[in-house]
Amino acid sequence: MVVSVSEMMDDAPEVSVSGFNLSVSSIKVTEAIKKENSLVFVVGAQEFPSKKQHFVDRKFEDFEWLQQCLLMPDGIPGLQGIIFPPLPAKPCAFQSNTQEKMIKQLGLLGLDDDWKTYCMALEMYLQLVVSHTTLGKNQVLRSFFTQTQGPGGQAGRKGILNRLSQALEEIKKENHQDVDEFFRNERASNSSLVRLTKATTERLIAVVRTQQNIALACGHFSTTLHLGVGPDEDPAAKTFSKLSLKLSEIIIIVKKNFECVAENNLNILGLGLDLVSRYEESEKEMLFRRTCKLVELEQNSKNLEKAKPAKKANMEEIKKASEKEFRHISDIARLEIQKLHRVRVEVFQQCLTSWCEKQLHAARETSSILSQHLRAFKQLDSTE
Amino acid sequence: MAAERDPPPAGSVGHADLREVEDGEDLFVSTASTLESSPSSPEPASLPVEDVGPSSNGPKPAEILLDDDQEDLFAEATEEVSLDSPEREPILSDGPSPAITPVTPTALIAPRAEPNVIMVSGMFEQSLDELEEEAAGDSFDIQISVSDPEKVGKPLRAALVRAVSPTSLTVFSRNDFSVKRRFSDFLGLHSKLASKYMHIGYIVPPAPEKSIVGMTKVKVGKEDLSSTEFVEKRRSALERYLMRTVKHPVLLQDPDVLQFLESSELPRAVSTQALSGAGILRMVNRAADAVNRMTIKMNEADVWFEEKQQQFENLDQQLRKLHGSVEALVCHRKELSVNTASFARSAAMLGNSEDHTALSRALSQLAEVEEKIDQLHQEQAYADFYLFSELLGDYVRLITAVKAVFENRMKTWSKWQDAQLMLQKKREAESKLQFTNKPDKLQQAKDEIKEWEAKVQQGERDFEQISKTIRKEVGRFELIKYWEAFLPEAKAIA
Repeated sequence: MVVSVSEMMDDAPEVSVSGFNLSVSSIKVTEAIKKENSLVFVVGAQEFPSKKQHFVDRKFEDFEWLQQCLLMPDGIPGLQGIIFPPLPAKPCAFQSNTQEKMIKQLGLLGLDDDWKTYCMALEMYLQLVVSHTTLGKNQVLRSFFTQTQGPGGQAGRKGILNRLSQALEEIKKENHQDVDEFFRNERASNSSLVRLTKATTERLIAVVRTQQNIALACGHFSTTLHLGVGPDEDPAAKTFSKLSLKLSEIIIIVKKNFECVAENNLNILGLGLDLVSRYEESEKEMLFRRTCKLVELEQNSKNLEKAKPAKKANMEEIKKASEKEFRHISDIARLEIQKLHRVRVEVFQQCLTSWCEKQLHAARETSSILSQHLRAFKQLDSTE
Repeated sequence: MAAERDPPPAGSVGHADLREVEDGEDLFVSTASTLESSPSSPEPASLPVEDVGPSSNGPKPAEILLDDDQEDLFAEATEEVSLDSPEREPILSDGPSPAITPVTPTALIAPRAEPNVIMVSGMFEQSLDELEEEAAGDSFDIQISVSDPEKVGKPLRAALVRAVSPTSLTVFSRNDFSVKRRFSDFLGLHSKLASKYMHIGYIVPPAPEKSIVGMTKVKVGKEDLSSTEFVEKRRSALERYLMRTVKHPVLLQDPDVLQFLESSELPRAVSTQALSGAGILRMVNRAADAVNRMTIKMNEADVWFEEKQQQFENLDQQLRKLHGSVEALVCHRKELSVNTASFARSAAMLGNSEDHTALSRALSQLAEVEEKIDQLHQEQAYADFYLFSELLGDYVRLITAVKAVFENRMKTWSKWQDAQLMLQKKREAESKLQFTNKPDKLQQAKDEIKEWEAKVQQGERDFEQISKTIRKEVGRFELIKYWEAFLPEAKAIA
């Protein structure tokens, strides 16, 4: 049922991570175990072609560390132009775990009580990382998948100050005009898309929650109906009891239907929407980085013009360097953006089709069961 | 939402038979233009008009009709607005005619002899007996629809005016008419009926409650969803109330009811205003009743009553719980429809801003689908609401009325006991006086004794009467309740 993201990214199901061949589709995050106040995920991967399996326990901090490491290396030109696969938000501490908080933090992923959806999101993240042409070549991936000892949270703390300054910078540079038409359009559409997708996800959350509530209420209703049933000699009362029982059965069916529908909504459509929305945010970050570079470049050019002849050569160097970087970033960004568009469409397509299929299936089942009951009711009716 | 919302078993749908004509209704053949005779019942025109004779019009076509009746019962599909009330023949027992002078029916009804004639003694009851066999309760072709609420009157004093249009009927002078009634008129009718009948044991159907918040919203003219819902709720509640009232054979003959249904102008029922002096008086009365309830301990001689009371207690609790959970369900469904609607909207926005055309189309279609789902949910919510929760709410209120009736019985009993005590005291006083030999006082004492004896007898009779009536009423009530509950469920599943 999980949308196989890897097939979308590249057609090759295997990826060689510098000699360490991983079969992307075998990457699984199977379960989340609660261990002393934190969640531990079991990550499995299979090597190719040796078919050796690795199973390691990873905490969320390990994932964060991985993300950081991917961002770090300087040798690769235009690394900053890559749209990084998005990592789901951090699950909050367990003591204060109410559903409201979880939903605020995790968005859609917080609706599921046993973390299945979250695991699927993590799984997709890993698959995306590994199958990325550039990112997949990073060495740390190997250790991530094989080493039993978690890498630990050294790089995890970004610090509040850091985030604040980043936020300020964002505000300053957000509206900075872009030189390139392509990117200008992209930035505009990206910002609106981010907003809309977020809104849609929120609405979907509301729908799913209401459906869950309805399922609960149906359960209550059917138990209350059972209460009304008792041994009665009065024939009318007997009919009443029979009816109540039948009605409560029907309500239970309705309840199951709702649960199923909610689950489908959540797992398929919800995951897809969530992934898309996080990807868009990631794109936003990438564009932001590029804009920073652009600003830097312009700054350097200005400095160059203003510079005295002695420093001119130096400045020129700097400017050239930043220009080159900028060009790299832009090139890669262009590619990435196009890929992202394609991927988005595919994600949506897969997700919508499988969602429709599942919902149809559930609806058909329920309708057949209900019509059976209706027939039984009618028979009861005519024998009355 | 009584009655006949059954889905026809054979699948024959529609408003084919609007009504089923009982044999009694042959009388309105000429005037019953809206009545369609069902094909299976014998031609009404052929049945002669019969006199009010005790048992001459016995069972006759009643038996033959039975099966057909049942079929017709199920073959009816009624419109949303009007409620038919064809005979529920084998189930309804005849209520006794009222103790008031029976209104001479302008058109006579062929009685159906019901075997439930209760043997009673005494002259008074004898006549009742005869009237019972008159089967006043059978001809129910009343079609009452409460429709078109309008706002009438000055802005702040506007009340919802309803058109009540009964069609048909025996004791009415006309056959098809509609009147305008305000909500307070309904309440006035109810209070009149209650004061007349409750204390002798009839279960008077409770009127829907006044809701200040709802009414103010309507008065002020807010055109939002909740006010239209409120109007709709009230309208259907009033309709059900009227239907129940007219179904009750005794209440139907009451002149107040007739006046309510017929006359174009009713005196303004002043005592029903929520915040008036009368309201406070009622509250005081209710408090007194509560105190009474706690102090009167009746020796329940009759096991039947005790059982029934227990049953009603249980039933009350169950119904309340059911009502609660159905309300919760309805509430959630409404929420779901709202949420689905907003989801559809944002999906549409997303589709609009999407560059890729196919995806954009797909997203807009998703939006449309979700909208349809939303509509469906809304409909379902309303269906649930109207069928279940209102009905349950009604029943909860009915049960309180039943309890009130039981309490009245207790009161009567206590009066009887008091009267007996007084009588005893008087007798003692008399014997004392006899001792001391004071003639005039003796006479006085004797008179008093006679008076009290009469009271005691009266009390006893009242008590017995009320017990009997209650039994009958309860029997009717139970059966009606089950029937009414059954039908909407079946309809809901469909």
